[in-house]
Amino acid sequence: MTIKREFIQLFLKEVKLELKQRYVLNGILLYLVSTIFVTYLAFNGTITPETWNSLFWIILLFVAVNGISKSFIQENPARHLYYYTIASPEAVVISKIIYNLMLMGILSVLALAVFILLMGNMIVNPVLFVSALILGSLGLSSILTMIAAIASRASNNFSLMAILSFPIILPLLMTLMKVSASALTNNNWSGNVPLLIILLVINVAVILLAVLLFPYLWRD
Amino acid sequence: MIKNYWWKILAFILLLYAVIYGFYVAVPETMIRQTMRNLFYHVGMWFGMFTMLIVSFIYSLKYLKGFRMDYDRVAIEAVNVGLMFGFLGIFSGMIWATFTWGTPWVKDPKLNGAAVGLVIYLAYVILRSSVEDRHKRAKVSAVYNIFAFILWIIFVLILPRLAGDSLHPATGDNPTPVMPMHLYPAMRTVFYPAMAGWILLGTWILTIRIRISKLRSRLEEQNN
Repeated sequence: MTIKREFIQLFLKEVKLELKQRYVLNGILLYLVSTIFVTYLAFNGTITPETWNSLFWIILLFVAVNGISKSFIQENPARHLYYYTIASPEAVVISKIIYNLMLMGILSVLALAVFILLMGNMIVNPVLFVSALILGSLGLSSILTMIAAIASRASNNFSLMAILSFPIILPLLMTLMKVSASALTNNNWSGNVPLLIILLVINVAVILLAVLLFPYLWRD
Repeated sequence: MIKNYWWKILAFILLLYAVIYGFYVAVPETMIRQTMRNLFYHVGMWFGMFTMLIVSFIYSLKYLKGFRMDYDRVAIEAVNVGLMFGFLGIFSGMIWATFTWGTPWVKDPKLNGAAVGLVIYLAYVILRSSVEDRHKRAKVSAVYNIFAFILWIIFVLILPRLAGDSLHPATGDNPTPVMPMHLYPAMRTVFYPAMAGWILLGTWILTIRIRISKLRSRLEEQNN
């Protein structure tokens, strides 16, 4: 099978598995709504745009780590071996990244909706915010998929994945927060284009690294 | 025979020179006055850490190519030495900062970059301890090392760009808290030798650690 065919099949497999069980999706949705609700209750009065911004991205980060960590944990070793014999690692890793990207996309849109509902809409520059959201979702998805792959080969518990991912996610997160802080406070575009380019570069670098390095993890 | 350890003697001489002459050389009259001399020692820690982490990165790459356990040994020991340099650098920096800026920590790109680097490699050590099988451990930690190092480098490169937009300067007085590219000429006579000395010392410590590690694993093999 060509890589493209493999990738499509694997991707559809992930989607079907998820739709059949719905375990991950429902759990994460509930986690998302509960966290935002707790934040809403914890902050009594109005909050500044900067706080809105920081809270949004922190919540999205935790939701992402929770959701994506489950993607590799679900596979038991026997099935893992079966996939190994029939699919190429590049197809596997890209299918997982794209699947997680789809998951992150849904989650971030929902998070944004609930956030705006409960904490108010403070977005001044929606196009900039949405582009940051898209690039951020892609970045979070690819980094976390790779880290989940690494952690799944180790003791496979959640805290290990959190420890491994937080420092690595920082460049992405800091750039995202800068761009979206700017999207919440002013309409400045020109100052943010370099930051968006940095986000793009990080995304490309991570995906390249994931495709190059995943085969070494896969072989076990 | 001296061909083997001439560089260790050189390390010793360079650092002796740096420690003694570092206190005699002329320093420019800036707000931080004599504490500027810490540049030779504190920045040396940074250079040492950076060199060790690059060595670890290269040996992780080598491991994925050749799958020899020796490469993995060098990778982990280099991380250990790098972490030691990193902690020393952070502590010496905190002492220096308390004197010059009044607080041990400020929100500065270089400080954040160093802190994130430490957390990344501490996570590396934890990752290693959570895998039982030797070869699996080496492979998994090599992959993480390569992934994390490249992202850390990106972080260190983009941080000044991110911080440049903020309003407050890194410190009250000194615009560049670390590593001024244009160093006062008189200080250069101590700075470059000192940096070379710290890197050589780090390598020396690394070779000793590798030897200890080899002996330890040979001992374990004999006992089994």
